[in-house]
Amino acid sequence: MKMQALLVSAGALLALALAPAQDTKALKGTVKLDGSSTVFPIAEAVAEEFSKAAPGVEVTVGISGTGGGFKRFGAGEIDMSSASRAIKKSEADACKAKRIEFIELPVAFDGLTIVVNTGNTWVKELTIEQVKAIFLAGTAAKTWKDVDPSWPADPIRVFSPGTDSGTFDYFKEVVAGKEGKIRADMSVGEDDNVLVRGVEGDRNAIGFFGYAYYAENKSRLRAVPVVNPATRKAVGPTPESIEDGSYAPFSRPLFIYVNRASLDKPAAAAFARYALDHASELVGEVGYVKLPAAIIDRAKANLAARRTGSQFLDADGKDRHGPLAEIYK
Amino acid sequence: MSPAAAQVRSPAEIVDAAPRSSAALRAAADRAFLVACLAFTGLAVCILAVLLITVWRQGHERLGWDFLQNFTSRKPDAAGVKAPLWGSVWVCAICALTAIPVGVGTALYLEEFARKSRLTSFIKLNIANLAGVPSIVYGILGLTAFARMFGAVDADQPISIGNPEGPFFIQFPFGNGVLAGGLTLMLVVLPIVIVSSQEALRSVPRSLRGGALALGATQWQSTWNVTLPSALPMVMTGSILAISRAIGEAAPMLVLGVPLFIRSVPTNLTSDFTVLPFQIYYWANRPQAGFSELAAAAILVLLAVLLTFNAVAVVIRQRLQRNAG
Repeated sequence: MKMQALLVSAGALLALALAPAQDTKALKGTVKLDGSSTVFPIAEAVAEEFSKAAPGVEVTVGISGTGGGFKRFGAGEIDMSSASRAIKKSEADACKAKRIEFIELPVAFDGLTIVVNTGNTWVKELTIEQVKAIFLAGTAAKTWKDVDPSWPADPIRVFSPGTDSGTFDYFKEVVAGKEGKIRADMSVGEDDNVLVRGVEGDRNAIGFFGYAYYAENKSRLRAVPVVNPATRKAVGPTPESIEDGSYAPFSRPLFIYVNRASLDKPAAAAFARYALDHASELVGEVGYVKLPAAIIDRAKANLAARRTGSQFLDADGKDRHGPLAEIYK
Repeated sequence: MSPAAAQVRSPAEIVDAAPRSSAALRAAADRAFLVACLAFTGLAVCILAVLLITVWRQGHERLGWDFLQNFTSRKPDAAGVKAPLWGSVWVCAICALTAIPVGVGTALYLEEFARKSRLTSFIKLNIANLAGVPSIVYGILGLTAFARMFGAVDADQPISIGNPEGPFFIQFPFGNGVLAGGLTLMLVVLPIVIVSSQEALRSVPRSLRGGALALGATQWQSTWNVTLPSALPMVMTGSILAISRAIGEAAPMLVLGVPLFIRSVPTNLTSDFTVLPFQIYYWANRPQAGFSELAAAAILVLLAVLLTFNAVAVVIRQRLQRNAG
């Protein structure tokens, strides 16, 4: 009897191993995903295509924000959490307290894009120092001349996404670091379309938002190449430069975190695999940049082996910084 | 005589108090006041008309059977509002069915039955203040009280009753299903329903109640047969305004963790759902032009749902009035 049970379970394991791409049509169940509104278009695209492949599975995707998503994830309310930054130690600790283990899956890159008016003829490129001179509260350049003496003495108008957004958080971290402050006298818009119109309508305007908004409005705005601090070369945001990491430091990885326990549900496991298999073709369609194949392969291996934990936290729980390609080696 | 009534001046007093200079001046002031009133009304109507025309021009081409029958999509041409439309209908129905009885009941108690004490006036003051609390705060309350039930039951192992596939399924805690959404909206509109019902009851003349009581009716009989029917039209008007507000709420739903992408319509009280304002908010934020048209079309659908709810309430009100008459 015992032997028989063992044989059956061994057979089941073998079947699982041999048929990784099982027929998704017969799958049933629910998959709950919540988190970053930045990642939402990707999650939506994956969920939409997955729903066609597996009509019996009910997928829901929310936009509680990266932090809000991790809160629900840590409470065990959702199967997956999408994030526009890596998980923080405090959030990982909250998961640990509830005995929730997670697998970190990078799915795409987003390139933060600095834009100026098409009538702006003087800004050819910006160094990080110049970006700081414009955006930091301490310097807060009043005119273009304050940034570079050869530029006109016209007043700068700064446009920024809402200070609650992940985009603003990321920009602040890169430009101001942990201590610094971004200037307060900016035109702040929760709706990025308002920023596009604002910069489009003012020759002296400068602003920033996610690459997807620039990609949709290429004819109305000009993206400013940013000097890569490592190579000292000015690089503009393109899918290629974001993917190969030369557009630094304004490109960021986007993630989906999967609850390890949810992988026991066939529907959730199939969704996670589907997301990695199809992310590269879908992210471009919604304005993001695909990851290099090596990173996707590494993520797939992590998922298949159910390797838990974040690559951005070392064994002692300290943050690791650096380009995704180095962290996902 | 109450102090408020004492301050009302008789017409003769007003005429006496007016400057004796000329009747022509007073007539001119009268006309000026009328013109000002018309101008403000016109302004309000103009703003509304401009809003509606803009939305209509932007969105009407997207409207159609497909738009109502399709689920959301990343491609504007394939996207529709089936899930948020039915989600909105479900939560607003739940909100109306719970908020109106509870709200009117509370108003009846406070106005007709409760003794005037410090406690009741304290409660009344609080309810009046609650009407001004931002709806997102109620979202947090709804999340704790309904969706999570204060953590009394482990979210991993909810207590469930009935068949999850069938229409009569319920579980504790409610999670972020339509029941939790509807009850959260009930919290949002409850103060408005209570305050407007109180006003309605107060407008019923004391003499009517007195008459009923003098004929030997009990407090309950006089309330049920006399006071409530004559207050009902105003009660219903207040309730319609409150439910109209509920239909437009997106903030509490965001806090409740309601999903934005969902490809199913509610089938029972614990079904996942999304609502129209949430979908509109998201589409309006997208960079692609197609999505702003979808947002406009969804606004038109929302207005249609709102008008339908109001029409139903108006019909009910007229029925009740006819019966009362």
